[in-house]
Amino acid sequence: MSGGTSNFQSNSRVVNWIEHRLPVFSFLDSQLHQYPTPKNLNYFWNFGSLAGIVLVIMIVSGITLAMSYTPHTDLAFDSVERIMRDVNSGWLIRYIHMNGASIFFIVVYIHIFRGLYYGSYKAPREILWMIGIFILLAMMATAFMGYVLPWGQMSFWGATVITNLFSAIPLVGDWIVQLLWGGFVVGNPTLNRFFSLHYLLPFVIVGLVFLHLWALHMHHSNNPTGVEIKDEKKDTIPFHPYYTIKDMYGLGLMLIFFAFFIFFAPNYFGHPDNYIMADPLVTPPHIVPEWYFLPFYAILRAFTSDYWVYQIVSLGGWLMSAKLAGVIAMFASILVLLLLPWLDRSRVRSAKYRPLYRFFFWVFAIDCVILGWVGGLPPEGVLVTIGQWSTFWYFFHIIIIVPVVGILERPKPLPDSIAASVTSAPQAAE
Amino acid sequence: MKMKKTLTAIALGFGILAGAGNAQAAGSGPKPPTVDWSFNGIFGTYDRAALQRGFQVFRNVCAACHSLDLVAFRNLEAIGYSEDEVKAIASSYEVQDGPDDSGEMFNRPATPADHWPSPFPNAKAAAAANGGAAPPDLSLITKARGAGGDSALRVSLFHPGGFPLGADYVHALLTGYKENPPEGFDLPAGKYYNEYFPGHAISMAPPLGEGIVEYEDGTAATPEQMSTDVTTFLAWAAEPELEHRKNLGIKVILFLLVLTAMLYALKRKIWSDVH
Amino acid sequence: MSETASGSAEIDEQTRRDFLIWSTVAVGAVGTALAVWPFIDQMNPAADTLALASTEVDISQIEVGQSITVIWRGKPVFIRHRTPEEIKEAEAVDLADLPDPQTDDARVQKPEWLIMVGVCTHLGCIPLGQKSGDPKGDFGGWFCPCHGSHYDTSGRIRKGPAPNNLPVPGYEFTSDSTVLIG
Repeated sequence: MSGGTSNFQSNSRVVNWIEHRLPVFSFLDSQLHQYPTPKNLNYFWNFGSLAGIVLVIMIVSGITLAMSYTPHTDLAFDSVERIMRDVNSGWLIRYIHMNGASIFFIVVYIHIFRGLYYGSYKAPREILWMIGIFILLAMMATAFMGYVLPWGQMSFWGATVITNLFSAIPLVGDWIVQLLWGGFVVGNPTLNRFFSLHYLLPFVIVGLVFLHLWALHMHHSNNPTGVEIKDEKKDTIPFHPYYTIKDMYGLGLMLIFFAFFIFFAPNYFGHPDNYIMADPLVTPPHIVPEWYFLPFYAILRAFTSDYWVYQIVSLGGWLMSAKLAGVIAMFASILVLLLLPWLDRSRVRSAKYRPLYRFFFWVFAIDCVILGWVGGLPPEGVLVTIGQWSTFWYFFHIIIIVPVVGILERPKPLPDSIAASVTSAPQAAE
Repeated sequence: MKMKKTLTAIALGFGILAGAGNAQAAGSGPKPPTVDWSFNGIFGTYDRAALQRGFQVFRNVCAACHSLDLVAFRNLEAIGYSEDEVKAIASSYEVQDGPDDSGEMFNRPATPADHWPSPFPNAKAAAAANGGAAPPDLSLITKARGAGGDSALRVSLFHPGGFPLGADYVHALLTGYKENPPEGFDLPAGKYYNEYFPGHAISMAPPLGEGIVEYEDGTAATPEQMSTDVTTFLAWAAEPELEHRKNLGIKVILFLLVLTAMLYALKRKIWSDVH
Repeated sequence: MSETASGSAEIDEQTRRDFLIWSTVAVGAVGTALAVWPFIDQMNPAADTLALASTEVDISQIEVGQSITVIWRGKPVFIRHRTPEEIKEAEAVDLADLPDPQTDDARVQKPEWLIMVGVCTHLGCIPLGQKSGDPKGDFGGWFCPCHGSHYDTSGRIRKGPAPNNLPVPGYEFTSDSTVLIG
C-alpha cells in the first residue's frame, strides 16, 4: 500500500529485529497511525469501518454457530433450535448472526449511498468502487445461502425460487439448475453445498476488503467537498487518534442500535414462516426474500410480458422471454453500477456543489425505497404498475440521467482546498 | 446537516421499516386484537401462574392432538416445577426406546431428559386421524404465526399501523370461533368457522369449552382465561430464553450507553484542536 | 485563560485527557472480555448433554466373573461382578507396590461389584479384559493394547506408562439389581 510514509522508530530490540525482517510495524504505522486523512470527513465516513467490524462479528458468530449446526435436511432445523435452547448462550450467538446480516446490509447500503452522493466512485477511485460492488455481490450470495441453512419454509422456498432463476438461461438453464441442486429439487446435496460455500465466501469477502483498502490507501479517502488533498499539512490529520476515536464512537452507537434488535426485537427482520420446518409439498402463500433483497426482487418481478420496457428490449418479445429479461434486469441492476465512474461525466465529485444531480440523487434514493416496499408486497393491482415504473426509473437514472446531468449541469464553485472549506464554514464539516 | 438527517432517515428507515414479517402469511382475516401480555415490552417476563395453568390446558387439551417436539420435560423446571415434580410428570408418560439386546423396541417411562412425546407416531398418522390435516407442532407456534415473534418494535413499512404478534394471533384463533358462519359463506363439511384463521375454514374443532379443565389454583376456567394461559405457555415454549434475553439486553444496552458516552467525550476532547 | 494560569491549566488538561483515555480503554476492555465469554462458553456441554449425565443400569443379569460395558456420558463404564478370588487378590496387594496407591476398599461400595470408567489414564484408549478371551495383562485385570498398561483386578495401574488407576465414577445402588451412574 502506498500513500503516507512512515518515520517509524522504536527503542525495542525485539520490535527492531522483527521490523528488519518483516516491516509490519512501519506498515501499520503508515497505514493506521500516520495515515493522512482529510480533516473534514463527516459521520458518513464511519460506515466503511463499521462494515469491516460487522464482517468480523459475522465471521466470529458464524464459526461458533457452525460448531453446533448440522447441515442435513432432517436435522438442520432441530440443530438450530438446539442452539436456541440448549447450547450455552446459543440463542445470543444465533440472534447476533441473524440480525448481524441485516445490520451488515444497512451499514453497507449507507456506505454505498454515501459514495453515490459524494461522487467517491470517480477517477482515480474507479477500481476501489468496482471492488466494492464485488463485495456487495459476494455479500448477497453469502446472505442468500446462509438464509437457507436453518431449513425453514422460507429457506427452502427462497432457495427454490432463486435457484430457478437460472432456468431462464436459454439452452443450458435446466442443466445449470440441476448442477446447483445436485438433484432434481432443492434437497440435502443443495443444503450441504450451501453450507460449504456459506462458510467459504466470507473469507473471499475478507480478501476483497483488503483489495478495497489497498485501492483506498492509494489515493486516500474522498471527502465531503470532493476536492483532492492539496497540502497534506493543512488538509489532513493523522488517522490515529482522530479517526480511530471517531470510528470507535460510531461503533458504540451502532452497537446500541444492533443490541436493541438482538435483545428486544430479534425476529423483526425475519419471516415467521421460517420457524416452520421446510416442507417440499407445501408452498407458503406469499414468498418474500429477506428485506435487503426486496428492491432487486421487485425489479425481477416487474418484467411481465406486457411490460412496455420488456416489449422494447426484447423487440416485441422476439429476443427473449419476460422471465429471462427479469433475471437479466435483476443482475444488471447491480452490475450497471460498475459502469458508473464512466457514466458520470461531471468533473465535480460532491453533490454538495451539484444542485441538479443532488435532486436526482434523492429521487433515486426514494425510488430504491419504493422498489423495496413493492418487493415485499404481493404483486397485485396498482403495485405492479408502481413496481414497473420504479424499475424503469432505476435504470433510467443510472444510464440516462447521470450522464446527461453530468454534461448539462453548471456546478457551484468549489472551495480551493479542504482546509479552505473548513475555515470558511466551520459548521459544515461537523 | 439536513442532508445527513434525511439520508440517515431514508437509509436506516428503509432497513428498519422493511423488517417485521414482510406481508404476513396469516393475513386474510381481521387483525387479531392486541393483548397486553406479561412478556411484552423491554421488561416483560412470563407470569408463572399463567404458565402453569397454560401447561395444564396444553397437557389436558392440546396434547391430545398436537406435539411439542422441542420441549423436554426437564425444561418444565423453568416454569416453576421442582425437580421431583418434573420427574413425576415425566414418568406418567411413556416413550419408545431401544432396540434392546434382542433387537426389539420397547416402551419405558419418560425421564426428565426426554422430549414431550408426540400423540401420533408420524405426520401421516396424524393427518389420517384428523381428517387429512395434521395438527401442527406447537413448539414454535407463536413465532411461526403473526409477525416478528416477540418484538418491542411493532411498526414496519408493510404494517404502518403496527403488526400483531404471534401470541396475539394464537389467542385470537382460540377464541375466534363462530357457531354460524356469515351469510353466504360456504363452510365445507368437517370444518369450523374461525374469524381469524386464513380462509376461515379450520379443521380444528373449538378446543376450549367452558370448564374443560379444572385449574389446580382454583382460577375459573373460562375460554378466554384458558386461551390467555395456554398462549402464555406456548409463547414460553417458543421463546424459553426470553426473560434471560431481555434481562441481559438491559444490562448490555446500559453498558453500551456508558461506553459510548465516554467515547463521545474522548472524541470531543481529541478533536478540540482540529479546525 | 490568563497568561499566568496557562502553564498549570495545560498540565491539568493533559491529566484529564489521560484519565479519560485510560478509563475509556478500561471500560472497553472489560466489555470486550465479557462479550468474548459467550463465544467460549458455547463450547461447554449444552443443557441437553448435561441432562443425559446419569445412566441407570440393570445388573441383575451379570453372573459372577462376568463384565458388561455400558455407555455413560459417551464413555465406556466397566461393571464387573468379581469372583471371590479376584476380590481377595485385590485386597491383598501391598500399597507400596502401587504407582497410584489406593486400597481396594476405597474403590468399591460392594466388594463384588467393581464399577469404573474404562478409559486408560495414559492417553485415552479402552483397555482389553472385558470379554473372556481378552488379554487381561500380567495382573489378571485389564490390559491396554495401545501402550501396554497393566491394570489389576481392582482396576489399579500396576505396570506401563499410565499414571493413575482407572477412575471410579460417582454411583449408587438404587436397589439390589440397579445402579445409577452419575
